[in-house]
Amino acid sequence: MSILSMAKLLVKSVFHGPYTDRYPKKSRENYERTRGSIDNDIDQCIFCGMCMRRCPTSAITVTKKPEKKWSIERMQCIQCGYCVSVCPKKCLSMRNQYTTPDTHKVRDEYTDARVSDH
Amino acid sequence: MAKRTVIPFGPQHPVLPEPIHLDLVLEDEKVIEAIPQIGYVHRGLEKLVEKKDFKQFPYVAERICGICSFSHGMGYCMSVESIMGIEVPERGIYLRTIWAEIARMQSHLLWLGLTADAFGFESLYMHTWRIREQVLDIMEMTTGGRLIFSVCDIGGVRKDMDAAMLDKVLAILTDLEKELREVTEVFLADDTVKHRTVGLGKLSKKQAYDLGAIGPFAKASGINHDMRTQGYAAYGKLDFEPIMAEEGDCYARMKVRIDELFQSIDLVRQTVAAIPDGEILSKVKGNPKGEYFTRVEQPRGEALYYVKGNGTKFLDRFRVRTPTFANLPALLETLKNCDLADVPILILSIDPCISCTER
Amino acid sequence: MEEQNIRQISPEEILKETNNIRNKGYRLVAISCTYKDGMELTYSFDKEYDFINLRINMEDDVKIESITRIYPYAFLYENEIKELFGAKIKNIVGDFHDQLYRISVDAPFKSKEEK
Repeated sequence: MSILSMAKLLVKSVFHGPYTDRYPKKSRENYERTRGSIDNDIDQCIFCGMCMRRCPTSAITVTKKPEKKWSIERMQCIQCGYCVSVCPKKCLSMRNQYTTPDTHKVRDEYTDARVSDH
Repeated sequence: MAKRTVIPFGPQHPVLPEPIHLDLVLEDEKVIEAIPQIGYVHRGLEKLVEKKDFKQFPYVAERICGICSFSHGMGYCMSVESIMGIEVPERGIYLRTIWAEIARMQSHLLWLGLTADAFGFESLYMHTWRIREQVLDIMEMTTGGRLIFSVCDIGGVRKDMDAAMLDKVLAILTDLEKELREVTEVFLADDTVKHRTVGLGKLSKKQAYDLGAIGPFAKASGINHDMRTQGYAAYGKLDFEPIMAEEGDCYARMKVRIDELFQSIDLVRQTVAAIPDGEILSKVKGNPKGEYFTRVEQPRGEALYYVKGNGTKFLDRFRVRTPTFANLPALLETLKNCDLADVPILILSIDPCISCTER
Repeated sequence: MEEQNIRQISPEEILKETNNIRNKGYRLVAISCTYKDGMELTYSFDKEYDFINLRINMEDDVKIESITRIYPYAFLYENEIKELFGAKIKNIVGDFHDQLYRISVDAPFKSKEEK
């Protein structure tokens, strides 16, 4: 007859207190490898378009003419990291915080502000 | 002659993790037969091979299901590697094994919590899921995602774990094992749990084999079939025996899954002790041409992956046959002659993962 | 690549072959279908890790017998193939009549989508 098998667990949890965090008063620390939104170091980017071809959800758009522009649809990105691994100049990086939920879709754009030498 | 009524079960039910519909034909609280209807989560993911090339497809394959996501990615990558003749480096194989075993632990802990909730034992459900959170923290620390890892790629794995990280994983698992022993003791020894599960839904060994049952559901009836003994990934070098039981009722199925949990912790320890140094990803050149069948042991049983390529970068066909698809007819057989109140526990005892079933 | 045991048979021999395999004690693992220049069905069986396959290549409108009389749990696989590919499988014990997934398009996997 074993009906009090959970007694030890219950007593322990009474003395331990709550196991959960008091979110949002205490914010959650993400780990170093947590996958989040994509950042582009626009000064290094050569606008080759590799990331646009490889993205599984077609979230990235790269244009070379009439002007050099790299843009990403934030809500379409699935944070897989494929673009980061195929970039030849290694200018793409992944933050460890994901895009905050919002009521409308966001498209982030980066334009090339460099002046060409020739 | 007693009157027959038909009661619909699902698709929304507090006990079900995913939607499935059953029409139960009852005669005074005893179920006579059950007629299934699936198709609530059918997304037609297999047709996406026409649009995404074979290198982008692992990200689609692992999103077929949230609970068994790593095995889907691994099964797809293993099939394509066998077709193209790619040799995965040793360290990559061992890392895949570690992640597969941790994913198995997470799945079994989810199932244990849901079973406790099905008989109304909510505090036990919360304690089990509290332990599961620690396993999910291990996954986030090592791969970046809690359930969808995005770490398996054709030719190996994309992220490495150095010695410090592996030691941390082992330390967390050792603490977890102590707490796990206390919680699983309640599942196995408590009188109320035994009253609800012992003798329920008995399937003899011959019946289970004739119905095509696989996974822990069949191991509890005495069928010795575990794809891990065939030695894919690093399992050929590890020392373990498939866990089996004889009775074939719900209590035996619970016991098999609890023992598999402890076996997984042991397997992770063995793998970490034996992991070699080296590369983790080999280069992929060319396109796949040919076809191949791979069988992988998912937490729920044996899953079959079929890939067919024709020399271009888009595959011809990708097919997954998941274990729940094979266990559904066996479920319909166990539902005969049971009480209406036992239906939720019987459905949960096959560990239904309906998103995998319908893709 | 390991050896894969795939044997080619014709649509009329399916019941006889399946019966032989059943008598040897094999269990049915899966029935797969590919549509490329005609219908290609593959029946996979297993006994103690010995994995064998039967392959049938046929035209779209050939009627093939169901194996649910021999393996009763094959009804799920055959209903799915009938609905997704439009294969003509007759005498299924437990036929859903294309209501398993209730897709609005007829035989969606049969044709490639326009780009």
